[in-house]
Amino acid sequence: MATDTASVASTAQSPTTSDQQSFFSKLWYVLRRWPVIPIIVVALLIFMALSAPWLAPYGQDEQNLRARQAPPIWYTEFYEENERVTDRFILGADHLGRDILTRIMYGARISLAVAGISLVVGMAVGATLGMVSGFYGKLFDELMMRLVDVWNASPFLLIAILAAIVFGQSVTVLLVLLILATWAGVVRNVRAEVLTLKTRDYVAYSRVAGGSDLRIMWRHLTPGLINTVVVLITLRVGGLILTEAGLSFLGAGVPSNIPTWGNMVSDARQYLNTAWWMAVFPGMAILLIVMSVNFIGDWLRDRWDPRLRQL
Amino acid sequence: MKKFLAQRFVFAIMSLVAATLIVFVLSRMAGDPLLLYAKPGGYGMSEEQIAALSEKLALDRPLIVQYFIWLGRVVTGDFGVTLLAERDVRTVVFEKLGATIQLGIAAFVLATLIGIPLGVVSAIARGTVWDYFGRTFALLGQATPSFFMGIVGILIFAVTLDWLPPGGRPVDESFWPHQVRALALPTLTLGLLPAAGYLRLTRSSMLEVLDSEYVKLARAKGVNVNTVIWKHAFRNALIPPITVSALILIGFLEGSVLVESVFAWPGVGRLAVDSIHNNDFPLLTGVIFMFAILYVAGSFLADMLYLVIDPRIRYD
Repeated sequence: MATDTASVASTAQSPTTSDQQSFFSKLWYVLRRWPVIPIIVVALLIFMALSAPWLAPYGQDEQNLRARQAPPIWYTEFYEENERVTDRFILGADHLGRDILTRIMYGARISLAVAGISLVVGMAVGATLGMVSGFYGKLFDELMMRLVDVWNASPFLLIAILAAIVFGQSVTVLLVLLILATWAGVVRNVRAEVLTLKTRDYVAYSRVAGGSDLRIMWRHLTPGLINTVVVLITLRVGGLILTEAGLSFLGAGVPSNIPTWGNMVSDARQYLNTAWWMAVFPGMAILLIVMSVNFIGDWLRDRWDPRLRQL
Repeated sequence: MKKFLAQRFVFAIMSLVAATLIVFVLSRMAGDPLLLYAKPGGYGMSEEQIAALSEKLALDRPLIVQYFIWLGRVVTGDFGVTLLAERDVRTVVFEKLGATIQLGIAAFVLATLIGIPLGVVSAIARGTVWDYFGRTFALLGQATPSFFMGIVGILIFAVTLDWLPPGGRPVDESFWPHQVRALALPTLTLGLLPAAGYLRLTRSSMLEVLDSEYVKLARAKGVNVNTVIWKHAFRNALIPPITVSALILIGFLEGSVLVESVFAWPGVGRLAVDSIHNNDFPLLTGVIFMFAILYVAGSFLADMLYLVIDPRIRYD
């Protein structure tokens, strides 16, 4: 997509002679060139997550049974008619009178933390295995590649649900499952990268100078892999958030008393007729963050590692 | 070629063994297998029943032996009976398969009809409004959780507008309009993600082909623009989308688990979720095994499609 934006941008007037250009065409130029809006969205959501205990209007589980399914704040008639509801809910309240906005903010903590941790751990495991695989080759490599193939051919979602039943629903189980969902995605790419990197002269020099395998892998190969791994992380984070939300939705993710975006949408199913805001706002949060990180991922990939374009 | 086929076959077997091993290990970790069969009402099974079950599950033998005995039964199609209704697992699964296949085919057709034309338009009209529309669609399609899309669909078309039913599959009613109406929302929901995938893939491969030498030559010698696009470029640009179509069909299996439970569509995906909520282990095992077989078959098909469609690829 970078090639697109670049070519489109170059047909626009050069920014240096921008005196005649209006503010909006300059803005449009910047917006097309850099993923400004997605970065702002992600930053805002992360800020919301981090500041939930201080900024959230209510407590995470604070109930107001008089305000069950109270609509968002712009439904002024509701609040005028029900004078006993003194609280105001910006995005409405759920079936127990809990504030939706508050729960979205707290939900962001779990959803983002779970996705972030499992992604980093899964990527680290996958990258290490890919590096060892590519560096040593032979039997280990062969076994590793087959293992990746086999894992990719397994119905992950069902295995995950099964595991959630067997071990019970908990954040730990979910983390392990998501790590399992992640690792296989990097092994092949990292391995391919290592196969070319290890034939470089500097690797041979290091070998001559007496560098051990570990030193070569850590000092000379790892820096060359960072681009690929970072790009892969940003490309995968969206899918991982969707997987987490899907598992929560099916009742196999985070225990349902903890607010996550997937759990909130799942709860809302029974109240679609009466309280649309219960489903729509958490769902929009998922949609927004996934769209933003995908956009950033595409942009990073085109800048740093266009060879991954098939992904 | 023969070598490749043989390799693929061995790999398929390995995948199945791995999938069944996972299921088996997890199912044994769930606790004493005998307890699975103890009904909540009549907890105390008679001595003979326990003995018969132990014999059947070979619980006195080493775990690895138990696995092979279990595998042997599974391979011959004996998944046992469901715990809840005590019906043959195979029959139950096959009953539900039709609904899932119907939904899958509908979603596949929809994804193809939306994704590929939009991808082509997006590529040939690159940088225009059409291109932005296509890319926005792709971005949205890949970021919307299918269950959320389903719920919003129900909210708009069933609850607010009352045009379509919110779920279920009216088998007894006439095909048109009742069944089609019931199929509409699940199809849209399931088809959105692959439509976005097709769009991206078609667009990028079309751009690549349009940039190739032979297309430039065709243009240079004055071939009509439409002929270049449809005859020279489009056919070759179709290779990547067609080869992933087998994988997209596999993806529907996973997608159906979510979509069917949103729309109460009586297919295999919903069966899996129900069996989980009912703690119906034999049924779940049967469903997962069937999924694994379809997975392996699908990825085999994907590899074969590469060979058939693109003669430049040779697996030797």
